[in-house]
Order: sequence, then structure tokens, then C-alpha cells
Amino acid sequence: MRAIVGQALASVTDTTTVIVVRAPGEDVEITCGGAAMVETKSSAAGADKQAANPAFANGTLLGKRYENTAGTIELLCTKGGTSSLAIDGEILIIKAAKPLPASD
Amino acid sequence: MMNLSLLLDMTRDGFADRVLLGSHTGGITADDLHRRTVGGARELRRTGATALIYLGVNGPAFPVSMFAAARAGIPLVPLNYRLGDEQLRALVAHHPGALAVTDAGQLDRVRGIGVRAMTLEEWLAVTAELAADEIDEPELQSDAAVIIYTSGTTSAPKGVVIRHSNLLSYVFGSVEFGSAAEDEAALISVPPYHIAAVANAVTNLYAARRTVVLEQFTAAEWLNVARGERITHALVVPTMLARIMTADGVDLRVPSLRTLAYGGAAMPLPVIERALRSWSHVDFVNAYGLTETSSTIAVLGPEDHRTAIGSTDPSIRARLSSAGQVVPSIELQIRDEDGAVLPAGGQGRIWVRGEQVSGEYTGSGSVLDADGFFDTRDVGHLDADGYLFIRGRADDTIIRGGENIAPAEIEDSLLGHPDVVDAVVVGIPDEEWGQRIEAAVVLRVGATASSDSLREHVRSRLRGSKTPDRILIWDELPRTETGKLVRREAVARITRNEPASV
Repeated sequence: MRAIVGQALASVTDTTTVIVVRAPGEDVEITCGGAAMVETKSSAAGADKQAANPAFANGTLLGKRYENTAGTIELLCTKGGTSSLAIDGEILIIKAAKPLPASD
Repeated sequence: MMNLSLLLDMTRDGFADRVLLGSHTGGITADDLHRRTVGGARELRRTGATALIYLGVNGPAFPVSMFAAARAGIPLVPLNYRLGDEQLRALVAHHPGALAVTDAGQLDRVRGIGVRAMTLEEWLAVTAELAADEIDEPELQSDAAVIIYTSGTTSAPKGVVIRHSNLLSYVFGSVEFGSAAEDEAALISVPPYHIAAVANAVTNLYAARRTVVLEQFTAAEWLNVARGERITHALVVPTMLARIMTADGVDLRVPSLRTLAYGGAAMPLPVIERALRSWSHVDFVNAYGLTETSSTIAVLGPEDHRTAIGSTDPSIRARLSSAGQVVPSIELQIRDEDGAVLPAGGQGRIWVRGEQVSGEYTGSGSVLDADGFFDTRDVGHLDADGYLFIRGRADDTIIRGGENIAPAEIEDSLLGHPDVVDAVVVGIPDEEWGQRIEAAVVLRVGATASSDSLREHVRSRLRGSKTPDRILIWDELPRTETGKLVRREAVARITRNEPASV
């Protein structure tokens, strides 16, 4: 699928939801628990959960940013869960926070 | 669900029991706020409101209103409670079917112009009564979350449409979720109809930082509350900092303060220099942004301030007067009059692009150019290291104490006086206010109106903050051969002509 900045995605294997903060300009497969994520507004988001692939079950944390090593994609976790986020099979890692100075 | 309330849902999920609004004891927790905003949305649905007008001082009712409106799928419209009846009527006419929540003192006035209204107390009571865990919410990314009226360059205020996606992008681009320690607290002293109040409400919420509101600013009260509530973060407009720094007989010590952000107008150099010396333990942040850009687009950070104040190199020292560097999520260009992008050092119009940029006004479409850039109508330049220096508005808007004032509105008011045949209103640099308002008029031959009576005329039609501090009486105004008013000449003549007031 072509990820779009601002898009909200939901896992079909656990409670994880994310927002796309940075997206590559090409088709990629974004998965959680090894299964493709779906748009939160789609009917698939409300379906019964599938079993997660145990190779993708490290969990996600609320409010953390996840990225790939190439830095081409960034997902913000808006609801945590038990599965792992991945892009084209590469498990995403938590991005170190670099907050700007508080300006308001 | 994907709208502004996502921010509150996340904070509730992560920090349910943390007090977010008001004092440590008796304040509103994330879970309370969450449930009240659902309650508020239920009330808005029940009444069929098409917009929620907020006409009052800042306080807990403000974030409750913002997120309740988001959940109900309608925009929040914060209006200036100091507007005259006529101006207020003109603005609410853009929002038929709105419900207004107001200060008790405004209730009769608002109902008098035909708007359904309840007091802030009644609103808080009903949101508590109807509080619940959830409500069906619409997808709203491209819809208006907040509409803020600016005075702009003409006398008719423009409603800036700030979408859910603009505010979400701003927050995700500049704040780390839950980054505030439990002891942090922010002091809010900007009025709710200012974009900074909207930005403050959402960024502090997302950082899970408690906020405390100062309803009516005085230097002494700001200092008292900052000490009493152990405030760690605060945002002020330059006028407020000037007053704090020059207040007589006050205790300036605020040991808890870590970060002081300022913005909304140009900061006079003597004021920031004095503040840096008085509060050497504090991180100062200059934030530059517009209503149309959902607040901050450039930041002069704490290290920049320390480096600048400690430097003898004039180009480094000058950065104290800059707006700092552009934030990562914004692209900025300086363009000349023909639209060509200028290199560092070149002065021109400031254009910006980014997800947080609205670029849309109510009643007119997007004003972005073909490449998605927005014309800030501010003039400035970038230095070799990317520091942005703002020269002023391309237009003539007067910024007095952080409030944008259109000269045309005051000029129209003066021209409405029977003795006045011509009028010009300009901003004169002022250490306390950033700019103060001064005017010059030409009287009808034989007329005898005094400067004081003209000021009273304006005050009775607009309000105190829009009343010129001085009104000079001239034989004629500086105009070109084609009749165009030459404002810069008027400014120069007013500045030179100190004692000419009648």
C-alpha cells in the first residue's frame, strides 16, 4: 500500500493503532504482528483479531515514534499493544526523542 | 476516530490520574477532562449546535470546549470578549446555529443579539452531569477544529480555518508525547481567542503537563501565581515580560521557572536583555508564528539566547532580535516582489509550507500558491546560518501588546466624526507595547474638535486598546499625487512632531 502522512492505521492482531508521520514515496507493506495494518476508519479495523506471528510480538508503546533503519518511515503509536510494527518485514525500532524547546 | 480528541484520548490512556488543569489539589485529571469532553459533546449534539462560540476568559472551560466541539464534529470559535456589540454581531452572523458559552457578565448581551448561550459555569456543570467514557465521533481531519478571527490588513476580520490535521501535525511535529515530568506546570496568560492559547492547550495536554490559567494579567499576580503554583513553563507576549521586568516593588524570584517562551510581537531588546540577566536559570524561547500557521514555525532556543547575550560578535549578538531557526516540519522561503526565492541576506516576503499551515479563511478558499506555500505577508531575511529576522508586516497592521490592530478600522471610526475629513493611524515603536497607536487627522475648515474629544469618540465606538494614545491635528496628510496615503511619511512626521498635540 501507499502510506500517506496523517493516515491512521490499526493492527488486526492486537490493540495497536498508529499515525503515519513520515512515509516513503513508494508502495510498502506496513504490518503489525506480521499481518498488514488496515485504515482505522475501514470496517476491517473492527473485525475480530487474528493471531499474531510470534516473530512480531515485542509490543508497541503508547506515544512512541517507530522508524526503520533507513529512516524513510515513521509511525506514531496512538494506542499500544502486544505486537510489533514492521515495514516489508523489517521490525521498526523506537526513535530517540529529540524534543524542540517548549515554545508554548 | 481521527480528530483533535485523539490527543486527549492518548493522554488519558497514558496518564489517566494526572492533574492537567488547575491546582494540584482539586484540579481536573486527564480522565476527568476526557469524560467531561464526552459530556460536552453529548450536550452539543442534543442542542444541535453547528459551532461552539467561546466568549470568556481562559480557564478549564476552554479545553473542555475545544475537545467537546471536536468530539461533536463542530468547530470551536473563540471570540474576543472585549469586542463591541456591532463587531460581535458581525462575527456571530458567520455562525448561524451556534451555541455560545460566555462569562456570566456577557450572557444578556450575547442573547440580545440572538445567540443561544449559557454561562461557563452552566457549561462546566452540564459537561460534568453528562460525562461519559465515549461517544461516536466523526472523521474530521480536513474539517475546521478551530476558527480564529484576525484583524488582518483590512478592517473586516478574517476567520482563519484551522483544521484538525493542522493542529495534529503541529503537535506531532513539535512535542514528544508525555514528555512532561509530573511536577511540571505551565502558566497560561494569553486570552483564548489567540492562537497561542489554542496551541498551549493542545501541546501541554499532549506533553501531559498541568496548566494553570491567569485570567487577568498583572505583573504582581503573574509572579504570585508562578511562585504559588510552582510554575515551570510559561508563555508571555513581550508586553507582559516588559511589565514584569519593570514592575515596582515586586519580588522577581521564581525559582521553579525553567522555560519562558515569548512571542506574538517583536521583543524590545532592552527587555529580553534584562530578563536574561534577572533570570539566568531560565531557558528562554522566542517563538514566531501566525494564526494561519497553527502557531510556531520558527524558534530561537535557550542556547541561542545564551550564546547571543554572551557574544561580542555583533552578528551573533543580533540574534537576540531574531525569530531563530525554522522548525523541522516547516519549509521557509524569502521571496522578492517577483516571486523569486532570495538567498541568505536578501530581504523579502516570508513564505512557508507545511502540514500545520492552514492557508484558508472562512468564506474564501485556500490562499496557498500552486506549490502549497503560504504568504505570511511578513517581511524579513535569513542570515547565513538560517536565523530568521522579521522586519514587520508587509501591510500596516499595528501590533500593540501582541494584539493585531488594523489601522483602517480606527481610521474609519475617526472619519465617522463630523469634524474629521481625513485620518491616518499608525504604529509607533514603543518599549512597553511593541507599538503604540498614534493618529493624525485633518479637520473640516472652521471645526474645533479637540484631540481629547476625538480620542473619546474612538473609545466609545471601538475600545480602549484601539484608541490612539495621541491624535495630532494637521493641515493635510502626506499623500501621493494619485491620492495614496504614504504611511511611512506619516510615521516620520508623527515621530518628529512630538509636542504638536492639540
